Amino acid sequence: MATEVGPTPVKAPASGGAPIHHGPKGVGEDNKILSQGKWASWLLAPTIIALAVVIVYPIISAIVMSFQKDAGLDPATGLFTAGGPAGVQNYVNWLAQQCSAPAGGTVACPPGTLGAQFWSATATTFFFTVVTVTFETVLGFWMAMIMARTFKGRSMVRAAVLVPWAIPTAVTAKLWFFIFAFEGIANKLFNTSILWTGSEWPAKWAVVIADVWKTTPFMALLILAGLQMIPAEVYEAAKVDGASAWQRFRLITLPLVKPALMVAILFRTLDALRMFDLPYILTGGANNTTTLSILVINQIRQGFNAAAALSTITFIIIFLVAFIFVRFLGANVVEQSGATGKGKK
Amino acid sequence: MKTPKFLLPVATAGVLALTLSACGGGGGGTTGGGAGGGDAANGLDGRGPITYVQGKDNSNVVRPLIEKWNAAHPNEKVTFKEQTDQADQQHDDIVQHFQAKDPGYDVVDVDVVWTAEFAAKGWLQPLKDKMAFDTSAMLKPTVDAASYKGTLYAAPQTSDGALLYYRKDLVPTPPKTWDEMMGMCSIAKQNNMGCYGGQFSKYEGLTVNASEAINSAGGAVLDPDGKPSLNTAEAKTGLENLAKAYADGNIPKEGITFQEEQSRQAFQSGKLLFLRNWPYVYNLATTEGSSAVKDKLGIAPIPGKDGPGASTLGGHSMAVSVYSKNKATALDFLKFMTSEETEKFYATQGSLAPVLGSLYTDAALVKKLPYLPVLKTSIENAVPRPVSPFYPAVTKAIQENAYSAIKGEKPVDTALSDMQKSIESAGSGS
Repeated sequence: MATEVGPTPVKAPASGGAPIHHGPKGVGEDNKILSQGKWASWLLAPTIIALAVVIVYPIISAIVMSFQKDAGLDPATGLFTAGGPAGVQNYVNWLAQQCSAPAGGTVACPPGTLGAQFWSATATTFFFTVVTVTFETVLGFWMAMIMARTFKGRSMVRAAVLVPWAIPTAVTAKLWFFIFAFEGIANKLFNTSILWTGSEWPAKWAVVIADVWKTTPFMALLILAGLQMIPAEVYEAAKVDGASAWQRFRLITLPLVKPALMVAILFRTLDALRMFDLPYILTGGANNTTTLSILVINQIRQGFNAAAALSTITFIIIFLVAFIFVRFLGANVVEQSGATGKGKK
Repeated sequence: MKTPKFLLPVATAGVLALTLSACGGGGGGTTGGGAGGGDAANGLDGRGPITYVQGKDNSNVVRPLIEKWNAAHPNEKVTFKEQTDQADQQHDDIVQHFQAKDPGYDVVDVDVVWTAEFAAKGWLQPLKDKMAFDTSAMLKPTVDAASYKGTLYAAPQTSDGALLYYRKDLVPTPPKTWDEMMGMCSIAKQNNMGCYGGQFSKYEGLTVNASEAINSAGGAVLDPDGKPSLNTAEAKTGLENLAKAYADGNIPKEGITFQEEQSRQAFQSGKLLFLRNWPYVYNLATTEGSSAVKDKLGIAPIPGKDGPGASTLGGHSMAVSVYSKNKATALDFLKFMTSEETEKFYATQGSLAPVLGSLYTDAALVKKLPYLPVLKTSIENAVPRPVSPFYPAVTKAIQENAYSAIKGEKPVDTALSDMQKSIESAGSGS
């Protein structure tokens, strides 16, 4: 039995279609496939259970927590007491930047509370996402074009390019922290005395520069993979027809590399939306470099339930962005081969 | 065919968003508040093996002590659980274990600023009645920092206070007051160097420096009831001192990027006349080969309004978990770890400031750590950082607003009233 089951799951993705797609086969075959399906679900069960334990349970638990009040202090005993149900108050507090008032009820969060930072953190997160992903795409594309050519030492270049990506982010952040220190090499090299981590825009650009340095190689490699799917004959034919280099890039390279490019951009965007370690270590979130993830971590220390609400909001934001990408911009993560097929049609 | 085609992007987006954002979720369930009452009565006579939890033992102080204890108490052995060297991670680790009511965290080492939070959560065994612990020989501020609402919750273990480092080649007698020190800044200008440095980057160190400035001017961040008291003339003077010094250039402009290390390096390379920092600087500045101030280093208590300023208290205490099953052993271990002999060992082996007043004049110790007499003045005048169960919110409120005020982005008055309102809001729960 097992030997018969074996090939089917392997073959299915390779043929590019769902298992429904089994074509002209007899009724007996259908029964066989049904029992194979049963087998498959048994084989998949451990993975699904593992995923349920490590992903589904924490998420449901976080959502449940987000509807609970945080523990408050009993003024008589000085001890914390459980907060009880909060309804959607935690969410309203974040979105409307409301904090609890000493006299009861809520007031607009005063500067210095985490609540007052929600919208600025959202704006900062999107600023970092848009700017870093744009730079990384353009630079990554350029690097991929170079790496796609045949030249001596190409594999060396490819390996070297990966170095920044291979360094853990926390180490990168500390590295750039020293580079951007007042007495650091950035100021020494350009003979400037900029307080890189001391005011808003230098701090933001410091984060952008460090992030672009680190993740451009990732973009470059994903795009390179896409570039190598394009057969050389297409270019040759275009050359024979007298297409200029720009025309070849715009009319051949771009459309053919688009599926790979969109997936790369999608991954980077979702990655950038949850940016945490780089700004946390480089600037400590000072000078308006606090991202949503940093805000969540800071809030965890002040109250789990409000933090759960904030992480759910962050999740919804990331979900919406991912949805827009997949649904409207055609980033096709699942049917990789099918998409290129459609593109050719 | 149509349905799966539409569902696919939704599912894909969902899975991606889930896997990529899943790391954000919080830890355990809600806190059981006053539940500590029942647990606090259990295990008071229990004896047996216990676990001691502390941050990374960098200078190998804890292990020899535990070996010594274990040799003498074969039936009540202590296991050492070493945490990371990051204070935030140590805090979160303890929180997780206490929330799970882990009986395996018998004795924990708490930073002075966590005491109130843990005590209010009902996690720490009050050190009274059967668990009474004698603190009469200890410096009072260290005992205050280990207490919450008048009850002792932890045994002071090590202490720390701020020192003013100065260049004795340029300043013959150290300044006693803040104004005196600012007056001496002309000396710094003549020598083409910065005048005063502390820790003004936006992190915990800024809370230390800002509350030090406010306390030294006679103000207070929190009143004895734990309510913020920042709308006072004294608090204003305190914060204004820092803001003015930064505007004047007496604090060099890179000062707002200083943490402990950057400020030490600036002072050690001869770029600062005065430096506010912890005692650890002393050894490095006098022995490191690259130090430009080796023989020119003077130490004094930090300056205040009209005498020594009010240093912020650092250090650690040891607390017994209410969930421990062997509290009698735990209490004995607390006494052992804070005995005179052990305290001496902390000082000689780890350069950790003792909590016993008598040791600061101990000839052998002073010979090894010449800053001890000055540090004693500093700690005697020290004020614990705001003691509040909402400390994480309090420190954020101070950092955020003091940073803006020092940089001159916000008037001192506004910064203080925002600080006041933020702390009030945190304290009123949700």
